[in-house]
Amino acid sequence: MLHRPGRLTYPSAMTSIESPAPRAADQAVPSPSVRLTDVTAGYADRPAISDVSLDFRPGRLTAVFGPNGGGKSTLLKVIAGLLRPWSGEVAVLGAPPGEAAHRVAYVPQAESVDWGFPVSAWDVAMMGRYPALGPLRRPRTEDRDAVAAALEQVGMAAHLRTQIGSLSGGQRRRVFLARALAATPDLYLLDEPVTGVDITTQEDLLDLLEAETRRGRTVIATTHDLACAASRFQDVVALNRIVVANGPSSLVLDQDVLRRTYGGHLLVLGEQAILLDDAHHHDQPPGAEVHHHDDVPERR
Amino acid sequence: MLDPIVDPLAYAFFVRALAAAAIVGVVCSVVGCYMVLRGLAFMGDAISHAAFPGVVAAYLLKVPFYLGAVVAAVGTALLIGRISRRGNLRGDTVIGVLFAGMFALGVFMFSTIRNYVGDLFGFLFGEILAISTADLVALSVLGAIVLAIVALLWKELLYATFDPLGAAASGLRVGLLDDLFLALIALTIVVSLQAVGIILVVAMLVTPAATAQLLTQRFGRLIAIAVAIGIACPIAGLYLSFWLDTASGATIVLVETAVFLAILVAGPRTGWLRPRARAG
Repeated sequence: MLHRPGRLTYPSAMTSIESPAPRAADQAVPSPSVRLTDVTAGYADRPAISDVSLDFRPGRLTAVFGPNGGGKSTLLKVIAGLLRPWSGEVAVLGAPPGEAAHRVAYVPQAESVDWGFPVSAWDVAMMGRYPALGPLRRPRTEDRDAVAAALEQVGMAAHLRTQIGSLSGGQRRRVFLARALAATPDLYLLDEPVTGVDITTQEDLLDLLEAETRRGRTVIATTHDLACAASRFQDVVALNRIVVANGPSSLVLDQDVLRRTYGGHLLVLGEQAILLDDAHHHDQPPGAEVHHHDDVPERR
Repeated sequence: MLDPIVDPLAYAFFVRALAAAAIVGVVCSVVGCYMVLRGLAFMGDAISHAAFPGVVAAYLLKVPFYLGAVVAAVGTALLIGRISRRGNLRGDTVIGVLFAGMFALGVFMFSTIRNYVGDLFGFLFGEILAISTADLVALSVLGAIVLAIVALLWKELLYATFDPLGAAASGLRVGLLDDLFLALIALTIVVSLQAVGIILVVAMLVTPAATAQLLTQRFGRLIAIAVAIGIACPIAGLYLSFWLDTASGATIVLVETAVFLAILVAGPRTGWLRPRARAG
């Protein structure tokens, strides 16, 4: 059977935290903007994600976290329509992936971009307007206004004409978020948006994304940063090829879930989680154990 | 009194060659900018060599030279794209195989022509001084088609080149744009074959764009500078070849290469002679 956010049942010991009880949330749940049902996808002959069933709802900020190679980017690419799943159903904004592409903004990992490219911060943000403009048409006043506003929002108004590669890592992420904002999407898909950026940039970017969720937009971001996922995201998905856990971050991010997500390579001390280099308690492959959490999807 | 600039213009063939050189220069440098940014410099070499069997076939079948060249060049370009995307082989590997294979096919077919009066040298290195008025018209039409397509789709090509994943996710048909761009490279090469020949055409595509890259980090200026170099160098090269009585295609390419080297050493932005170590 499938378990989705809002219908999860949690062990009583874990429901004490401030989030609304799942049952109460259930009545007001809007239909999901992204729904994955039993999705398996990967490259060549190795599945990167297996039997993933997840709902992402409008107005929620969701972090997808997990180890390297755990399938975070793959999940995002499947939702973005960049990778066709081997099996399972995907609905994005009520349509198959890629069909509602003009309502989706995808920001790739920093490594996948050629930073030597001869484009300025302004040019990159303007690309967010290209799909709606279509071929032939040049940017109009409203497009320039939207780009100027987006760059202002991310605090890059002073660097409009700077070549993208001449900016710092944090500034590049700001410009890419401006590109997404300029597209006025209903769904944001962000691959490692705060990896390697300073704390000010991280907070600024997450403030902006939070503001977008308050306007009813859906935000899905992958991250390595557990502290950030715990403190700034409403929902989290723990992914290590399978969905280890998902739900409100205050409920899901416990020591046990982290241990199963990272396969014992993790030391949890109070609010801090530390990844360990060697795992001496790595007795079982991650996610393989059957556990009392109901949110572990059953393999079929 | 001899005027080195005006005197050659008394020859109609020289005026036609100048016009052809300018048209080829513009089309090549515009397409070349996108090629360089996409890391497809060697694709140009592969496609031009692949055009050779098409040219020979056109001769054997007594159809226009352009027809055979277009079919072979575009066909090979799309085939390289298709095989590369299947992911079993790297793009440069596929290019290496098809480049040599198609060229060998051309040489093979050429060797079957018993009483061929033409010159293999002309195919390989170009005969810009032999361009007829009809050639010039064909070249202008093909060049105009290429420039029109780039003018229509420059935004989409730019986005798909800079961030293919982001562009595809936002709804741009990136695969289609990739194929279209390969076809544009092939058309550009066909336009340029008579001017500089199969071996040297890659320089017309890559060198102006590479030189412009040394001078600017803005896309609009990149195109403008490449076009300026792409027009000026072939014209200078033609005059030089006229005065020195040297091979025109090679002289044009040497002028472009000399300009590139000069900018590389003494350029204001990244030149080696620049006082500070690195540009920002």
